[in-house]
Amino acid sequence: MSILGKLKPKFWDYEDVAAGPYKYLFNFRRIWRSAFLFTAGVSLIPLILMIFADYKITQDAIESEIVLRTSGLVSNIRKNIVFFLNERKSALDFVGRDNSFEELNDPSRLAVILENLKKGFGGFSDLGIIDSFGLQRTYVGPYKLERRNYGDQTWFKKIRDRGVYISDVFMGFRQVPHLVVAVMHELPDGTLYVLRGTIDIDRLKELFSELKKNRSSDAFIINRNGILQTSSSHHGKALEKISLPVPGYSPKTEVIEIEAPGGEPLIIGYAYIPDTQFILMFVKQKTEFLEPWFKTRSDLNWILVVSITIILLVILGVGTHLVKKMHEADQRRIMVLHQVEYSNKMASIGRLATGAAHEINNPLAVINEKAGLIKDMFTRGKKYAKNPKLMSLVASILSEVQRCGSITKRLLNFAQHIDVNIQLIDLEKLISDVLSLLGKEPEQRLITVSVNVQEDIPQIESDQGTLQQIFLNLFNYAFEGMGEGGDLKITIKRPEGELVLITFTDNGHGIPRQDLDRIFDPFFSSKAKKIRTGLGLSITYVLVLELGGQIKVESELGKGTSFIIALPINFEGPKNRGETS
Amino acid sequence: MKIRVLIVDDEEAFVQSLSERLMIRDFHVTTSLNGEDAIRNVKGYNFDVVILDVRMPGMDGVEVLKEIKKIKPLSEVIMLTGQATVESAIEGMKLGAYDFLMKPCETEDLVTKINKAYEKKSEHETRIREAKVNEILTSPRSVLE
Repeated sequence: MSILGKLKPKFWDYEDVAAGPYKYLFNFRRIWRSAFLFTAGVSLIPLILMIFADYKITQDAIESEIVLRTSGLVSNIRKNIVFFLNERKSALDFVGRDNSFEELNDPSRLAVILENLKKGFGGFSDLGIIDSFGLQRTYVGPYKLERRNYGDQTWFKKIRDRGVYISDVFMGFRQVPHLVVAVMHELPDGTLYVLRGTIDIDRLKELFSELKKNRSSDAFIINRNGILQTSSSHHGKALEKISLPVPGYSPKTEVIEIEAPGGEPLIIGYAYIPDTQFILMFVKQKTEFLEPWFKTRSDLNWILVVSITIILLVILGVGTHLVKKMHEADQRRIMVLHQVEYSNKMASIGRLATGAAHEINNPLAVINEKAGLIKDMFTRGKKYAKNPKLMSLVASILSEVQRCGSITKRLLNFAQHIDVNIQLIDLEKLISDVLSLLGKEPEQRLITVSVNVQEDIPQIESDQGTLQQIFLNLFNYAFEGMGEGGDLKITIKRPEGELVLITFTDNGHGIPRQDLDRIFDPFFSSKAKKIRTGLGLSITYVLVLELGGQIKVESELGKGTSFIIALPINFEGPKNRGETS
Repeated sequence: MKIRVLIVDDEEAFVQSLSERLMIRDFHVTTSLNGEDAIRNVKGYNFDVVILDVRMPGMDGVEVLKEIKKIKPLSEVIMLTGQATVESAIEGMKLGAYDFLMKPCETEDLVTKINKAYEKKSEHETRIREAKVNEILTSPRSVLE
């Protein structure tokens, strides 16, 4: 048998054959299933709903915190960049105002200024003075750029309109990424000139190096065309086109979530730097942000799985146990019902027998007397005395009346309460008395009778006459059942409790299974075998009940039959026969 | 002298045949078909033995028995029962009936019982008579009381 088979409760395959139209009430598998599903549903659905609502709320909170944190971070860096650029711009402005055009055009003076700027502010790599035609008049720095003409370059045209210009990062003549800050000044005579400084982008990068600390996060600057101004760790080198879309313009810091080309969600914080083409970008993988939360959540999920398992096991256990109890109670109910049914049946048969016997007895008495009178007339009168034919006819009428009378008397006995006379009885002695009553019958039938008595069988309180009748009936039944030759074993045992078990086991024909239930019915006879009980077993049944005991039959066809009688040691009155007297 | 027998039963055919058979056997037989008639008969005549059916319409056997024992305590009563109520027969015995018989009964049994009942009754009467004689002998004045 498999483990599942062992675990399977008894009610699983049980089917109440007698339940009829209310069968569904006794479908324990259905009861068990609905109890289990209902309880599990009621306890698990709210739990799971709550857990997932909580997950959602927590995740939302975490995401909004991510936005807040990112936006704060980006705002700060933006401020720094704006400040950095403004500082450089103001420095150039100051240099222009502090020095005359002549002083600025003195290369040695300009070199001093560049040195001061480098020391004071840092980030400047060269400095140049360009006249209003775009010609670089004076230049100090690592490259030979004197007399270079910027007149036709876009930035030069733009500066003439705005007065200040900050360029994109570009390679320019020198093949190093840099950006240019230019400030226009006006001479007293109205002519314009431009003070132009080049700034290393390394200095700019330092401003947001903090953001790049983490390997998975990335910070860089692009221009509005999506050209990377500083190199990015994941999205391209400086001056290349960025692989992400350029976010739309917004005057303040924004945080958006997009899907990277690889499919993973990215959190992007960005800010447009005012007065420039620059956009500060901060990119981080969303999963990175959520990782601590995911870790907590997987722990929670474990707890959830374990508790759901425990809940299911408990419901399964409790449900199975309860339904098992119900099933047992129902089994007991059915047994009691059967018993009551049987008792009622016996009681009705008893009443019927009484009535029938009474109604038959009176006419029988009349027939008896009439026939008797005829007989008297024959024996005493002269006329018919010598007619043997008539005499024998009358005699046979009388004997048949006697026979009917004995049947009705037995019927009456069957239904009657007999005053039981309770006394202490030694069962072993009683059985041997009954055996001696039977005389030589067992011997003649070649039947061996053995009586096996367990030690310390107490004397029981019971009625001797009734017990004799019971044993006599059982002996008769066994003898009839075995015919010629056989073994009849009688055992007396005392199991737990205040009762004694007497078992009559023969090795006769046995009783077919379908007849076992009706074996105690009056006049029952089986079609299968020549079992004819007459009234013997019915009377035995009633008598055993009268003594407060119970009788049971077990039989196997062809092997024999056992009658088991349980008698109380202390008589406490008869078992209910279901009679409403 | 013939033994005087009263048969009480509501079953007329039974009463008739039984009385005839008892008459053949040399009994003096009177019959009643119900309790009231039986009591009337008992009041008017000294029966030695009354054969009384337990179950009858109207007054039943046990009631009739009680009455008879009141009127004629010396008359012996044999109860006849045709049914389950052996209890009532037993009750009758307790109330002073001599014996009981189940219907249908062997006539010979009945005859034996009637004879025995009569013997008992005569014995009783003899003893009472003796007692009375003794009483008179010891105190002749008691006759006057």
